[in-house]
Amino acid sequence: MAVNMASVARGEDTAPEPKRTTVRRKRRRTWHIHIALSIICAISCAPVVYAILVSTQNNAQMINFDLTLGESFFANLSTVWNDRNLGNYMINSAIMAVIIAVGKSITGLLAGLAFVYFRFPGRWIVFFFVLITLMMPTEISILALFEVTYDLGISGSMAGLTIPFLASATAAFLFRQHFANLPANLSEAAQLDGANPLQFLSRVLVPLSWNVLGALVVIEFLYGWNMYLWPLLTVSNRDNQVVQVGLATLQQSGEGQMYGPLMLGALIASIPPILVFLALQRPFMRGFAMTRDK
Amino acid sequence: MVLYPLMLPLFLVTAAAGALIGRMVWRNAGLSGRPGALVVGTAGLLGPLLTMVPLESCTFEPDRTAMDMAVGVVAFVGGAAVAVAVVAWIGRALSMPGGWANLDSGDRTGSYRNRPIVPWVLLLPSLAILAVFLYYPLVETLRLSTHLVRRGAPREPFVCVDNYTALLGPSLEWWLIAPVVALVLSAVATRTAQRVDRDGLSDWPARWRRVRGMAVILTVLAATASVFGPNYRPVFTTTLILTSGVVLIGLAVGLAIAMLVSQPVRGRSIYRTLLIWPYAISPPIAGILFFVMFDPLTGIIGHLYETFTPWDMPNYRTDPTLARVVVILSSVWKTLGFSILFYIAGLQNVSTQMLEAAQMDGANAWQRFRHFILPSLTPITFFLIVTNVTYAFFQVFGTIAYLTRGGPAGATTDAMTAIVEAARGNVGDGAAGSMVLFAMVLAVTAWQFRATGSRIHYGN
Repeated sequence: MAVNMASVARGEDTAPEPKRTTVRRKRRRTWHIHIALSIICAISCAPVVYAILVSTQNNAQMINFDLTLGESFFANLSTVWNDRNLGNYMINSAIMAVIIAVGKSITGLLAGLAFVYFRFPGRWIVFFFVLITLMMPTEISILALFEVTYDLGISGSMAGLTIPFLASATAAFLFRQHFANLPANLSEAAQLDGANPLQFLSRVLVPLSWNVLGALVVIEFLYGWNMYLWPLLTVSNRDNQVVQVGLATLQQSGEGQMYGPLMLGALIASIPPILVFLALQRPFMRGFAMTRDK
Repeated sequence: MVLYPLMLPLFLVTAAAGALIGRMVWRNAGLSGRPGALVVGTAGLLGPLLTMVPLESCTFEPDRTAMDMAVGVVAFVGGAAVAVAVVAWIGRALSMPGGWANLDSGDRTGSYRNRPIVPWVLLLPSLAILAVFLYYPLVETLRLSTHLVRRGAPREPFVCVDNYTALLGPSLEWWLIAPVVALVLSAVATRTAQRVDRDGLSDWPARWRRVRGMAVILTVLAATASVFGPNYRPVFTTTLILTSGVVLIGLAVGLAIAMLVSQPVRGRSIYRTLLIWPYAISPPIAGILFFVMFDPLTGIIGHLYETFTPWDMPNYRTDPTLARVVVILSSVWKTLGFSILFYIAGLQNVSTQMLEAAQMDGANAWQRFRHFILPSLTPITFFLIVTNVTYAFFQVFGTIAYLTRGGPAGATTDAMTAIVEAARGNVGDGAAGSMVLFAMVLAVTAWQFRATGSRIHYGN
């Protein structure tokens, strides 16, 4: 980076004295930053805080714009969980998201290993074959994808929901870039020790890639859990439906909308992705800081 | 495929264009121009077959309408363009010193060289899935877009390009004048500024070039909009409005918040988490939350608005403008965390020593932002533009499905919603809409390549 090079060149003769004063000055003036950030955080969290309040209320309380916790939480929970069977949708979503996250990580690791540690005729064709898919979003060909899974006899099943999404250029290139930045003599040392490629991958590369793996798992779990159009198009059987589509049973188009159960359902459906995000937050951020696109 | 007399001049044109491009590319690479003209000219001559063979050159049948013919010419030139681009790119790399090695991705030579089958085994799962579930469906979409496909119907008749012409209906509109005038004026201004600026020190030529670039984009968008007919033009403009709203507001607000949270204050990791986590919320659930908050009768937003202002809250389920605003707001809220995250990562790489040096030289806060911080964030900005455009094209569908269902009166029917709706009647119509959307994706990608090719500041 031009800016960095110049700054390194100039930075050598920067005396420590002015630095200390700027730090002291900044510390004295931070209260207005705290206020601004608190307001922004409040606005950004407001929709979910409001959803939590409404999810404990009945319609009468909500229409009075009462911003306190109500007493209808368990009634709403019963509607969502027993009457609309949200639990079944949640299980389907969880299975789908886990299969997609694990599958994409594995195919991505294998492809990254092949791209970085092997030299074979036609590698550039394979490379561009994968690279070009970055310009081909699944949604473009989703109507034809439906026909493909239909002809294969997996349409609407868990296999049909997951198999088309088990590989992606994103995962392959994330690992390729990460492996290419690792020390060059790793593979030679591993081969001297008699490790085969898979042992090299599982014992050397994976332990060095936890941050990237964590980042990828977050992205792909959220991708799988939040998928909406594909299950909407293909799943006709309610027992196989996922939660993003199943929530529609809580929404009415005309009169008689029950707001408490709708908000509670939306909140429950958001718990798993938020938990995954919070649990893997640190590797997620580190993985991105290291392998960010150039 | 039948050769109609009309196609012969077209073949000559594409072959000649290919030859010229090949000669130029080879010469730019420091090679002799003649082999390039020969190879790429052949590609220009044969490339149209890529589209004309599947179409059986039906658009050039003598009794076809002018519109069919126009779509046929676009398909003809498109096939030639794909062939010319691929052949020129590969051919140039091969004829330069080094040959095949120029095409390799430049990764280090692996030490597992002695087993030729192993890399293919490792790549097999990825390649098989990409081929069966991404490449094949794309070709199949192209086939579907030239057929009349009704669910359950026993036959799928070939309808030439009818599914495409159904989207079209070019007309000269008064609003076409504005971007064209802006383009002409900015082009004149750029020239004048360059001529006046003899010593090459003025900022004005660069500024006018930026304005001209903007005018080019606006002209292309307006011209594209005027090509679509009354059925598809609202869909195109809605997609444009939603996309530019999500991208512009999302990136501006995201950068501002990222700059705030990058300040050295206590507890900023807590602020960061609080700001980023809505990224985990799904587009449909963002739609549900805003559906309840903006509910015309019971929504808290309308209540607050009417409490603190003297006006009535318009109903977003009947007001087209407000409906689009609410869709943009909910999408910005959901994607903001992602933009903030990447801008924070980018701001960590902006050198503080450089900023302090600039401060000592008397640069004020805006100048430091404009000339140091913003340029070093350029690669991240482009990455975020592409991811946010992709989000607006494909994911906002889920928000719209719960929030407005494409209404009121089609005001929030974006390209993806229109594709799904059209496919209920004729899958071919949906497939044709998909190919139009694909062309938009490719245009964004091409713009990104062009823009980043010259201006990007590479990290490290």
